[in-house]
Amino acid sequence: MKRQAKKPFDESKIPNDMCPIATKLVELKTGDWRAERPVVDRDRCVKCGTCWLYCPTQCIQERKRWFEANLEICKGCGVCAKECPHHAVNMIEEKEE
Amino acid sequence: MPKTIVCDGNEAAAWGVARSRPDMVAVYPITPQSSLAENISQFVADGIIEADLMDVEGEHSVLSVLQGACLAGARTFTASCGQGLAFMFEPYFRTPPLRLPIVMSIVTRDGITPQSVWGGQQDAMTVREVGWIQMYCENNQEILDTIIMAYRIAENRDVMLPVNVCHDGNYLSYGVEKVEIPDPPEVDAFLGEKNTNWHVALDPERPMAVDPLTGGATGIGPSLFVRYRKGHCRSMQNALKVIVDTHAEWGQKFGRQYAPLVEEYRLDDADYAIVTIGGMTGAGKDAVDAAREEGEKVGLIKVKTFRPYPQQAILKAVSKVKAVGVVDRAVSFGWNSGPVFQELMATLYRLPQQIPAVSFIGGLAGADITIDHFRKVIAATARALDGEVPEEPIWINEKD
Repeated sequence: MKRQAKKPFDESKIPNDMCPIATKLVELKTGDWRAERPVVDRDRCVKCGTCWLYCPTQCIQERKRWFEANLEICKGCGVCAKECPHHAVNMIEEKEE
Repeated sequence: MPKTIVCDGNEAAAWGVARSRPDMVAVYPITPQSSLAENISQFVADGIIEADLMDVEGEHSVLSVLQGACLAGARTFTASCGQGLAFMFEPYFRTPPLRLPIVMSIVTRDGITPQSVWGGQQDAMTVREVGWIQMYCENNQEILDTIIMAYRIAENRDVMLPVNVCHDGNYLSYGVEKVEIPDPPEVDAFLGEKNTNWHVALDPERPMAVDPLTGGATGIGPSLFVRYRKGHCRSMQNALKVIVDTHAEWGQKFGRQYAPLVEEYRLDDADYAIVTIGGMTGAGKDAVDAAREEGEKVGLIKVKTFRPYPQQAILKAVSKVKAVGVVDRAVSFGWNSGPVFQELMATLYRLPQQIPAVSFIGGLAGADITIDHFRKVIAATARALDGEVPEEPIWINEKD
């Protein structure tokens, strides 16, 4: 959790049913509502970077021998799996914890 | 001394704006609102209004600009209608739940298609469920006075909602009447200090996120969303009393009393009544007077405030009569009737007895609703009292 630059002001005099405002920082990540996750088959991945180019959230991270999605950010759209020329990315359903 | 001038409804509205001292006005011209925008522009050029005037590229920007200004603490005004209002719809939808006390004239115009540029109330009626307060004016003096009162209502801490002051395109916008313009110090005292952003703000001293993601199916989302919706509904109900109190105080200070929610005209000994809204009311009253002279026991119910819906005031009025005929200047396509009629029907359910009601639709796209038309409305409502109740709406100008 990141720190807020300024101390939140006192909102206690504003009715809490009035209007949608927030005074405390809460991180909500796009990865929180993913239904499917991309799993990379490392034997097939040739590090061509196609997934990196296409990912709409730009969450593809480079590893030594392969690329993979940062699952905090990845929202599971499946574009990488669709575009991978080597069929190295499979979408696997997320299970409820 | 208050100044008396002769002007049309759009200029009267501009004088109401001038006396309310907005900090920012943003406008985009559209018939029949254009001369209102031009008057304000002239007033700003002449120093009568000390506001920043933004001529933006369209109505979507108009209201987006004003949202930002209001969040930064400004008193704001705009005016639009018809297709302009349609283009404004995205920020228009967002303004009430953000609880921004913006005042906006709707110089009412019929919806297109068919292509037309003339008055009707289809635009304002179509957006009646978005959460703005709506008041409909009968004459030019009421336009001026209601715009000033609208700021007091909108900025009341128990309300904090945007207000549409509606006046009929053509008949009021271009109709010329004598109008009294109150003195600035008296209006200043009446309106008091503005504070448009005590509750939601773009202010470096009070850092907050405005309109963060709220809702969804999990966590506190669902209950939080309901809380804001209930708060909005409660403030709308609060507005009923604030509107009544504001009109009463206006009457005391400026000598002009208006029925704040619903006006009852010659209703106390009436057997039946016609219901009107907006500028048509004058002709309606004349027709009622003429019918009275012929011995007809007819009265008139004028709806001024349509949102929040003044259910108790309407109920009190209709409980005095045994039949009603409702004249709309707009169409509720899904109900094959007018919207004022449709909502009156919902109110009639609360009466202990059933009474007949007739829907009349007239004045579409600039058509006139004359005293003679009202004479026929009164006659048809009298027939309904005798048991002859039409199932379909009666289209007033169909045989003009």
